[in-house]
Amino acid sequence: MSAVLTLDAVNKSFGAVRALADVSIEIGRNEVVGLVGENGAGKSTLMKIFSGVYQPDSGRILHEGTPIVLRSPLDAARAGIGMVHQEQSLLLNISVAENIYLGREAAFIRMGAINWRAMHAAARRQLEKVNLDIDPARRADSLTFAERQMVELAKALVLEEETEGHIVVFLDEPTSVLEQAEIDILFSRVRALRGRASFVFVSHRIDEILELSDRVYVMKDGAVVAGMPAAEASEAALHRLMVGAGRRTEYYREDRQAACESRVVLAAKDLGCAGHYRHVDFELHAGEVLAIAGVIGSGREGVVRTLAGLLPHTEGRLELNGAAVAFRSPVDAVRAGVGYVPQERRVEGVVLPMSMAANITLPSLRRMSTWGVLGTGGERALAREWVKKLSIRPPNIDLPCGNFSGGNQQKIVLAKWIEAGVRVLILDHPTRGLDVGAKQDVYDLVRTVGEQGVAVLLTADTLEETIGLAHSILVMRDGAITQRFEATPGAKPAQLDLIRYMV
Amino acid sequence: MNDAIATGAGAATAPASGRVHGKPRGMRLGRLRPFVPVAVLLLLCIGITLIAPNFLTRGNFVRLGISAAIPMVLACGMTFVILLGSIDLSTEGIVAVSAVALSLLVKNLVNDDDFGLWALPAPILLGAALGCVNGAVHVRLRIPSMIASLGVGFACIGIATVVLGGITVRIADPLIRDIALTRVLGIPLSVWTALGCILIAWLIQTYTRLGRWAYVLGGGEDIAKLSGIPVGRVRVAVYTLAGFFYGVGGILCVAQFGQSQALIAQGYLFSVITAVVVGGTALTGGEGGILNTIVGVLLVTVLGNGMILVGVPPYAQVGVQGALIIVAVALSTDRSRVRMVK
Repeated sequence: MSAVLTLDAVNKSFGAVRALADVSIEIGRNEVVGLVGENGAGKSTLMKIFSGVYQPDSGRILHEGTPIVLRSPLDAARAGIGMVHQEQSLLLNISVAENIYLGREAAFIRMGAINWRAMHAAARRQLEKVNLDIDPARRADSLTFAERQMVELAKALVLEEETEGHIVVFLDEPTSVLEQAEIDILFSRVRALRGRASFVFVSHRIDEILELSDRVYVMKDGAVVAGMPAAEASEAALHRLMVGAGRRTEYYREDRQAACESRVVLAAKDLGCAGHYRHVDFELHAGEVLAIAGVIGSGREGVVRTLAGLLPHTEGRLELNGAAVAFRSPVDAVRAGVGYVPQERRVEGVVLPMSMAANITLPSLRRMSTWGVLGTGGERALAREWVKKLSIRPPNIDLPCGNFSGGNQQKIVLAKWIEAGVRVLILDHPTRGLDVGAKQDVYDLVRTVGEQGVAVLLTADTLEETIGLAHSILVMRDGAITQRFEATPGAKPAQLDLIRYMV
Repeated sequence: MNDAIATGAGAATAPASGRVHGKPRGMRLGRLRPFVPVAVLLLLCIGITLIAPNFLTRGNFVRLGISAAIPMVLACGMTFVILLGSIDLSTEGIVAVSAVALSLLVKNLVNDDDFGLWALPAPILLGAALGCVNGAVHVRLRIPSMIASLGVGFACIGIATVVLGGITVRIADPLIRDIALTRVLGIPLSVWTALGCILIAWLIQTYTRLGRWAYVLGGGEDIAKLSGIPVGRVRVAVYTLAGFFYGVGGILCVAQFGQSQALIAQGYLFSVITAVVVGGTALTGGEGGILNTIVGVLLVTVLGNGMILVGVPPYAQVGVQGALIIVAVALSTDRSRVRMVK
């Protein structure tokens, strides 16, 4: 097999985090290569290396056997590498034809003016490749998600006319926004186009990968752990490779996982939100960690957003300490004693230019002040106390939050909510982007919070984390709960048990 | 127009089965939103006619055209800047410098220059150059457009004041005055000039890369960058283009008033931004265009004209204009998708 594109022993680190470790991958001519792995396994970093957004720290990229350097997306395009991104990258306020030829308009300019007729005709030819019969003059926002995906595919295929060599198209989680019927259409197009291009299909849905690919690579923790022809792979085998064997109980402080209290703090009764999730029931006890597992689009993000006051529920009841509540805004949620630790920590969690002390007292200012005048002495004493309790580093309470590391920022966010006296904490991917040591600190914090009787609702980055931290686990798929698990220390469910109900 | 995005997404997410995902729905005005300014303009015309029938006379229409000409020319430039999602507060300053330059080059009562019509390219080139400075300051020094243009604008007014030493220059060249006075087919040359500017702006918007890229930058600058579009150069070019139109506006000011001084364009900035926004060009960029701006300028002008005809006290007129800009922004943009309003 002659490889079109080869990645040879590529390494990439971000600070202390090793995103790619000695990754070697081959993409053959007219081949569909599947790439599976959990969130954070390194798939996106790999894609960004191929698209010229990141440069590898070491290792080589070979194109038809010759080493190449990709410094920008334009370099990648010249090498015949096209991308269909997960978060769609069409501009919605311009036409389909303009989107397809964005940045390549020069070919259609006569005497300074764009020849629209020529551009539309050319765009129509591109759309024919993907068998999409729409008017290229239409604005992109009038298309369905599936049509937009096809337009992106057509846009990637423009490379055929621009490069001499064989082209490779990367499809990054292309099915995450599509309905089943639309996925079938996408797959049949990809199969039909195999004659003219190679494809790399990135997904965490193993069934889809197996359906479409000739060969499969499995990634875990930044490394390629297996590569095999799809015909020789089974779903179960890939799952095992994806999640790995063994779990480190001490890592998640399972020794500190105390039985939760019997008092129900938060209860959802047949909770639903049109277009996001439905029939969600659960009880969250004081001191309990309840984790929700599910892939993107499973509806778990919606549940979290409802509890944080960002997405009001439309059906069912939400009860806090036995009384019905409806959060119309985050203000309602905070007033009711629900604290939200968002995944976009730097944007939504801390106010970067303000000092650590000011961030910690942010929701408690009413209590910290007399007649509207803030007692800064009290604020500083309080901040110092938290520095000691959570060993925040550096222990400088006047330092702006932006100067702390991710793990310490997360500590500040948690200190803020505990200080505000919340009874429920929602942790939305609390360890995203943290290194191992910082993760450990956060796990410790979760236990500390639980010991103080605070109820925690968790959506974690990995299944390992979900299982390790939780007292009980809800699994969601397509907007509904598919299974519940108890996760007492020593009797934790296995990852494969969860996955079965996730996909 | 923004709303089409929301409804498009809504249609795609509607099926209840399969995977669930959602996007916020827009306000209920729906696809009618782009036509709101036109409808308001028509209603306004009808309302004024009912109270003051002389609104619908040929003479009044020409008057409307004359008072719309200068804001229209300036708004042609402003439209492209706002399409980027930026703002240009240097308008009054650049117009003033251009006007002062022209008045000193043609026959005037201060110096002995007399270049006649040959002087006309000077204010235009000067305007474009100042626009270019504006854009360069904004892009190269990475200063927000609001502050960069505010600074350049004040600097321009300062230059005009120093050059003139605070005096007013009366011009004595009849050919320049003719731009405002001579009529072709019953319409003054200044109005023809404005129509010409509209045509130029429309051609740039529709048929040139610069015009299309203005939309692209307003719609998503990160995607533009990834597509290899030189976003910095596009920004500078758009500000230069705006300066070009301000230069033309400077000529019209001199022709109209027969004189120039540092504060000649005072008041235009507010009405031009009002007009562009009222027409439906979103301040967030990427939506709207020159056709919207025509409607917006007419709206602002008709409102002003109507208030005079109906007899609204002059000081109240400014207040009405202020209310208009708020109502227009509330109606013409779909804010349900915007997470934060700063």
